[in-house]
Amino acid sequence: MDFIEVKNVSFGYDNADDGARKTVLNDVSFTVKKGEFVALLGHNGSGKSTLAKMFNGILEPEGGNITVNGIDTKEESTILEVRKNVGLVLQNPDNQLVASIVEEDVAFGPENLGIPPEKIRIRVDNALKAVDMYEYRRHAPHKLSGGQKQRVAIAGIIAMEPQCIVLDEPTAMLDPQGRREVMDTITKLNKEKGITIILITHYMDEAVLADRVIVLDDGNIIKDDVPRVVFSNVEFLKTHSLDVPQATELAYRLNSGGIKIDTIPLNEQECVEELLKALKNFYSSFF
Amino acid sequence: MMKDITLGQYFPGKSFLHKMDPRMKIILLTCFIVFIFVAKNFYGLAVISSAIFFVLCVSGISPKMYFKSLKAIIFILLVTAGLNLFYGTGEPLWQWKFLAITQSGINTAVFIAVRIIALVLISASLTYTTSPTDLTDALEKLLKPLSIFHVQVHEIAMMMTIALRFIPTLLEETDKIMNAQKARGADFESGNFMARLKALIPILIPLFVSAFRRAFDLAVAMESRCYHGGDGRTRMRVLKYTKYDFTALGISCLVFAGVILCSIYLPPTLRTGM
Amino acid sequence: MSLLELKNLSFTYGVGTAFEKKAVNDVSLTIEKGEFIGIIGHTGSGKSTLVQMLNGLIQPTSGEILLDGENIWKNPKKIRNVRFRVGMVFQYPEYQLFEETVEKDIAFGPKNMGLSQDEISKRVADSAQFVGLKPELLKKSPFELSGGEKRRAAIAGVIAMDPEILILDEPTAGLDPKGRDVLLTQIATYHKIKKNTVLLVSHSMEDISKISDRILVMNKGNMYAFDTVKNIFSKGEDLERIGLQIPQITKIMIGLAKNGYDVSTDVYTVEQALLEIFKLRKGSVYKEK
Repeated sequence: MDFIEVKNVSFGYDNADDGARKTVLNDVSFTVKKGEFVALLGHNGSGKSTLAKMFNGILEPEGGNITVNGIDTKEESTILEVRKNVGLVLQNPDNQLVASIVEEDVAFGPENLGIPPEKIRIRVDNALKAVDMYEYRRHAPHKLSGGQKQRVAIAGIIAMEPQCIVLDEPTAMLDPQGRREVMDTITKLNKEKGITIILITHYMDEAVLADRVIVLDDGNIIKDDVPRVVFSNVEFLKTHSLDVPQATELAYRLNSGGIKIDTIPLNEQECVEELLKALKNFYSSFF
Repeated sequence: MMKDITLGQYFPGKSFLHKMDPRMKIILLTCFIVFIFVAKNFYGLAVISSAIFFVLCVSGISPKMYFKSLKAIIFILLVTAGLNLFYGTGEPLWQWKFLAITQSGINTAVFIAVRIIALVLISASLTYTTSPTDLTDALEKLLKPLSIFHVQVHEIAMMMTIALRFIPTLLEETDKIMNAQKARGADFESGNFMARLKALIPILIPLFVSAFRRAFDLAVAMESRCYHGGDGRTRMRVLKYTKYDFTALGISCLVFAGVILCSIYLPPTLRTGM
Repeated sequence: MSLLELKNLSFTYGVGTAFEKKAVNDVSLTIEKGEFIGIIGHTGSGKSTLVQMLNGLIQPTSGEILLDGENIWKNPKKIRNVRFRVGMVFQYPEYQLFEETVEKDIAFGPKNMGLSQDEISKRVADSAQFVGLKPELLKKSPFELSGGEKRRAAIAGVIAMDPEILILDEPTAGLDPKGRDVLLTQIATYHKIKKNTVLLVSHSMEDISKISDRILVMNKGNMYAFDTVKNIFSKGEDLERIGLQIPQITKIMIGLAKNGYDVSTDVYTVEQALLEIFKLRKGSVYKEK
């Protein structure tokens, strides 16, 4: 049994205007292993945000089911067990903090779980240190930058000591600096604490950091593989109106133009290395 | 700008008052207010006023802030005292047509003015030295017994917490929406009362829509963090009475006893039950 | 005479308080009619304060703003007219929608200008077309639209005032790649047809480099650079040093140049990079280090 199992999940709603049925998710199945870093990729309306709210039972699948550690998310009596293990971070950093002091906000989850006070204190301090916000513990959230707020929101989840964090476009409203902070935090939590990460995003440079990329389009999974394989399908991604990292696109087009690239690069360092190798081979044939 | 408004008026510090448990502060404040009204003569008022003066001295807050709190009520103060000035009985000290000032009128005016000032200052000392979060926590604990009457104490406290958290955010948002509408030529400064009221619609509607959107997100976030009401919920911060609270309680009891004694054994200043 | 001239423009928040903070410091520059200007800088660089001064939402603490040679604060009572001439689209503009129908909401600005009903209807139709809103959406409530449509309706509300200068603050924030590309194309088309002046504020160098004539780089309240796109990118590494993100492709070209390849580093699209690399093949200018 895998940690999270998504089995034949479908979801839809009736359009308010014409009453037509709109399918959001269409018979989606996949599993996530413990400790995996999965990126769910797709443009707006691809069904990825609906799916995000299903991992911890905020939304229930209409057809099929989702299990976390074997527990069905539809089951009312065990829902806290699910939510304790699968935390959810939303897009807007302003709307998910409850208290007017950082550390009290982080304490909110453990308090709901009925953890004894002295243990909450330890969890809160550790969680704030894990996202590098410990020195801001007495600050008011509305005075923090977007990236800092989002890290506090992540700390609020970590304090519940979950096995998995689902992040629904956590960087969409942040500036480049904030995006970097949040992505560094996420990768660190995955690598150092072994927390399973499900990152919903439409930024390619974030998806390349994952172990595995699942591409959703119109409620269907259209690709599920390691980033290097997914992104080497440049044409395929473009026809589904998704971006490709510039490094990948450059290498891909050089390849089609006759300059042989061995491994398709995902970031600029890899690209420079590959280009140096390729150009050297290519031009040495002229000398 | 709107976001410059400070809320709660809390000044962090390490004074005796800051170290007290907020619950004890609320209990004693309530008692002080009651005893300000129990004092029926200048002797009793002098006892409680000097106690309040002492409280202000150990609050570690600059006198400037206390003057500021008085400035807000100066109008009420002058009107109340002014009216009472002419309501006395007995030998007039000064008279002009039907307006007469008597010794008892002066006494009443001064008495009432001191009462109001005392009331405002002691209340200010609480809000200046207690963070809004502490106040909410303390109120939740103190009002807990009311839940047997089906008062939703936890829910009320949660609502206060959320309000405190979101007021600054919504003020900032108001500022942004106002600017956006101004950029489209909205005019908030001219026209008569109705025109100005109408000019608020382009601000209020987006503000409400945004508040609902935030509320929806917040509900999802709270549920995701296992919120399920007050049952079985613990708190990270446990309020505890310390030596500061017992000291304050002891001194206060002495003050209250003094006020009672003055009221019983010395003649009242006010004739009526005011 | 230039359309817009800034002379020693400065703004300080909370003058005389403990929170005094210089947001914009001594900025002087001129912008010509019809230019497309990109403005870039990280959060807190002063770019938002700067653009809000341009349409009179914030009054400068010192210096002046000349619109067609005239100080916009010459008559503070007439500042509303400046706001009609300098249109401003804020970040997340969809949060300003309030009317019963999209049509009425777009008409809010033109109505405040006191235009005739005929002129208003014409402008509403035109601006809706510029942002690609289908006519049947105009009768709907703005709150029924999708996220992207709301954004476009809000932008139409400013375009409908037909400003001589249009300022857009992060118009693509939060959109997905497709939504972003479509909106940027629409803005570029609008600029091309109207031939008016557009100022686009963005965090994304990739976005503004594609459509701007010149780029203004703000850093810590100061004007760090104001130059053509090519010249700005030739200083790619300097931009990184002040905390700006340059396009991945620019970084790759800098990497190649560092390794002895004679490629120019003022490149910001994959197409330009391809040309540069294929040029190497023709001239075979590879130099062994």
